[in-house]
Parts: sequence; C-alpha cells; structure tokens
Amino acid sequence: MKSWIAFWNILKKDIKNYYLKPPNISWGIIFPLSWTLMQLIRSPGRNILELLPGLISMSVLFGTTSMLAVTITFERSGRSFDRLLLAPISLNVMVLAKIAGTILFGIFNAFVPVIFASFFIDLSAIDWGLLLLAVLMIAITSSLTGLLIAVSAKQVFEAQTFSNFFRFPMLFLCGLFIPISSLPLFLRPVSFCLPLTYGTDILRGTIVGANILSPLLSSGMLLIFAVVLFFICRHNINEKWIL
Amino acid sequence: MGMVNVSNLKKTYGNFTAVNDISFEIDKGEIFGFLGPNGAGKTSTLNMIIGLSRPTAEEITVDGIDVKSQTKKAQAIMGIVPDESNLYNEMDGFDNLCFCAALYGMRKEEREPKARQLLEQFRLKDAGKRPFKAYSKGMRRKLTIAAALIHSPQVLFLDEPTTGIDVESSRQIRDMVLELKKKGTTIFLTTHYIEEAERICDRIAFIAEGQIVASGTVPQLMESISHDHAIQFVTDKNFESLPVELEALFKGNEVTIRPDHSLVMASEQRIPLFPVMEFFHNKEVEVYEARELRPSLEDVFVKLTGIESSVLKKDKEKGGH
Repeated sequence: MKSWIAFWNILKKDIKNYYLKPPNISWGIIFPLSWTLMQLIRSPGRNILELLPGLISMSVLFGTTSMLAVTITFERSGRSFDRLLLAPISLNVMVLAKIAGTILFGIFNAFVPVIFASFFIDLSAIDWGLLLLAVLMIAITSSLTGLLIAVSAKQVFEAQTFSNFFRFPMLFLCGLFIPISSLPLFLRPVSFCLPLTYGTDILRGTIVGANILSPLLSSGMLLIFAVVLFFICRHNINEKWIL
Repeated sequence: MGMVNVSNLKKTYGNFTAVNDISFEIDKGEIFGFLGPNGAGKTSTLNMIIGLSRPTAEEITVDGIDVKSQTKKAQAIMGIVPDESNLYNEMDGFDNLCFCAALYGMRKEEREPKARQLLEQFRLKDAGKRPFKAYSKGMRRKLTIAAALIHSPQVLFLDEPTTGIDVESSRQIRDMVLELKKKGTTIFLTTHYIEEAERICDRIAFIAEGQIVASGTVPQLMESISHDHAIQFVTDKNFESLPVELEALFKGNEVTIRPDHSLVMASEQRIPLFPVMEFFHNKEVEVYEARELRPSLEDVFVKLTGIESSVLKKDKEKGGH
C-alpha cells in the first residue's frame, strides 16, 4: 500500500509538473500534426491510411524518449531526483512511476494523428484493441529507452543529443516510412534488433493489413525488449546514481 | 549499541581518498556534530550513511538496521536535509511537503494535517501556497528541514543546515534542532561553524582530510589541550622590561604583551597568583584585572587539526556569511 501511494504521487506530480504544462501539450499536438501534414504535402497521392502506422510510431517515439530523458536529467541536475533515491521505495517502483507518466503522454501523442486522420478517412476497419496494444508497447519500450538515455546524460542538452542519436536512425530502420524489405540487406538485421520495428509492424497489420510478422510474435518481442530494457535501466541507475 | 554505528568507513574516488577509516557511534537522542572545512569528507560520510553513495565499511547501522543490505528499511526511519535544498521548484510549499510525505507512504488524511502543522511550526504558513522557487534562501532551508521531518524520523541528518542563510533563520533552525533533541530525535549534523557546533552539539568530531582527528564532548575536547594555563593582567602601565623580569622570576612561564597592552603569563603549571601580584605591587604597577584565559573550541580545532581557523572562516564567507 505504501509503495502504491508513492507510485501514484510520483506519477501525479510528473503529470502536473511536466506533461500538463502548455508547452508540452502543444508540442504533443503540433509535432504529430506537422509530421502528418508534411508527409501529405510531400506525397499528395499517398493514402493517409498507409502513412498512419509510421506517424503513430514516430509520435510515440519522439514524445516519450525526449520527455523522460529531459525531465529526469532536469531533476537530477536540480538534485530533486535525490528525494526519490532517498525515499524508502524500491527502484522498481520508482522506475515504473517515472515511466508511467511518459507512457500516458506517448499514448496521447499517438492519438493525435489518428484523430486528425479520422476527419479524412474511414477508420472503422482498424482493430482498436491491437492498435492500443501496439501503441502501449511502443510507449513502454520508448520510455525505457528515454530512461536509459537519462542515466547516461548529465545535462539536459546531453539528453536531447543522445535522444536524437537513437531516434533518427530508428525513423529509417524500423519500417516507419521505408519498408524493411526496401532496406539494404546488411541493414535488415539491425532493424530487427530495434523494438520500434515490431510495434510499427503490428500497427501496419491492424491499419493496412501489411504486417510482415505475426502480431503475436511482435508482441512477444516487444515484451522481451521491455523486460530487458527495464532491468538494464534498473541496473544502470543502481550503478551510476548510487555512486 | 548506539542509534547510529559506523565502523571503518572508507570512500575513494580514483586515487583520491575522501573518507579514510572513519568510525563513530551516536547515542539515541544525541546531537552529534561533524566539524571540518569544505572538502574534509563530511558530505561523503553522510552520503554513505544515508544510502546515496556506496560505502566501503565493515558496518553502518541505523537503529540496528544494516544500511548496506537494508538501505530502504533504514531510509524509512531517517530524515535527510542535504546541503542544497532539493525540493521541487514548480510546486508550492504545501504540495512539496505532501509529496515528500507520500514518498514515505503517508495517506492524504495523515500528510495534509502534518504538512500544515510543519508550515506553522517553521513560520511558513503564509508561504504555503507560494511556489518553492519564490522562497528566500532561509525559507527554502526551513522547508527542506520540514520535508525531512514530515514522517517523524528517528534520526535526522543535517548537512550544513545554516550555511548561507540569514541570522534569524539560523537561530530558528538551531532552536528547532534543540527542540527535536528534547523529543528524543537523534541528530547528525555536519557544519563548518565552530560556534554552532559548540552551542548545540552534545559531542563533536573534528574531521580533516577524510579522517576523524578528535571527538568528544566540548569539555573533553577542551581538556585535550587545556593543560596550558594562562592568566591575563590588565594594568595601569607596562614596562618593556616586565616580561623579561617576570620570566626570570617565575621559571617556566612565558610572558607576552598583547596589542591591547595587557600582559599574558602562560605556563604548563598552574600560576600562583599572589607572588605575581606582589611583584606588580613592588614595581608600583596597579592591576585592574586578572583573569584566567581558557582555550576556545576554535583553539582546540586549530591545535588538533593543524587547520587555521581562517580556512573555516573562508568557508563561511563562501557560504554567504
């Protein structure tokens, strides 16, 4: 019960202090909208439905990784993060509480292009349960990637730089806009080492029916990535922040 | 067994040894002061005890709980005030206290009245709804201490609690520390203010270059150098020849004239007063005042650590005083 109180209050504090701030809300809306419009203007003939999986994945990826990496680095540099390290709560509870807010923010980001698209196209064929599962799993793995970046960064600008170092290659390697089958042969194994590939593939399957892996396999892979990233983050926090 | 037990504590960063084989024990309800200049190893020691830094030690226990293996259990009974206020700038005072209480698993119906009570106690009631970033240095420090007390800890760790804050806030904090002691809270306090340590600590440890040089109560520490006796004479006139004549007459005494023209006789033995007074009488020197000079804690610190008190004073200036 005590852990739950701590978990809920960390989550509530993060949402109130960071995610519900006007700049972040507007960023969470404007960024996915801009990308959607950019893709539509650049390729006017393309079906919005085909673009949607990539746009959803990208919105979640950018929203989660940057937010968590930046907020944690910000709290670390102001030393308020020490409060959490000194509280009688386990590292597991602390990590889960910190990523929970980001996951919710990522899910919110994901639905911006979906809502936008709903004004132009019929989305009734989408398996919403599977879409939500994919969005959730992408949000979890991306948040944990953000946390991994935060553990390595000392300053906010470092966190932003590291985030981009991870994110931009993922845009091209995970089948968001370029199908994996169109990538050079030597890059394809790299694609399958990135969690976003599996999340995007589930989204492709549920939105346009163009998945290359079974949703069950992709979900399993995402779950494995989430567990492995969680333990790496936990280990790194223990090693790097408890000096 | 003490409330806090530390034995053979050591911490190295690369080739630099920040803490070198430190051992001490703090009894329940005691105020234990850790006095030393900046960089002496005070905060490194504290961070290891509170679980923010990985120690190399044979034993660290708080109320019998092994901090190394049961860090979280030990942290539950600790209140920690770091050297820099680490509350959330975006949140107001009341919300900061409630959030800290929630981290210790306190329910809303417990934490809100406790937060109000602490705001009142620390005279921050009117600032309770003001964002933390708008607080003055003294207010920030007081709220940070209030946050450390929100879960009524058994042991309170204070790292330089009055550094860089106004006189009134410092006084309030010292009074609060003494009040907590009365209620049975064990307090570990690091400081580089000699007067503060002398005024409120039951026992003091002098730390320099990562090692405890001496520890004990103020009288015990004084005792370690008080085998020197000194008497100051305030007279109506002084002759330059007086010190030489006195030293010749009273063997083993060192006689000096101070800038205020008073005369100081120092000796390892007690100084018999009557023969000295007789000497002054024969020389037709009127003695207005004769008083024994006792060493201050600052003298003890300087003598035992070899660190000039000016180093501590410089630290004070850096701290904003």
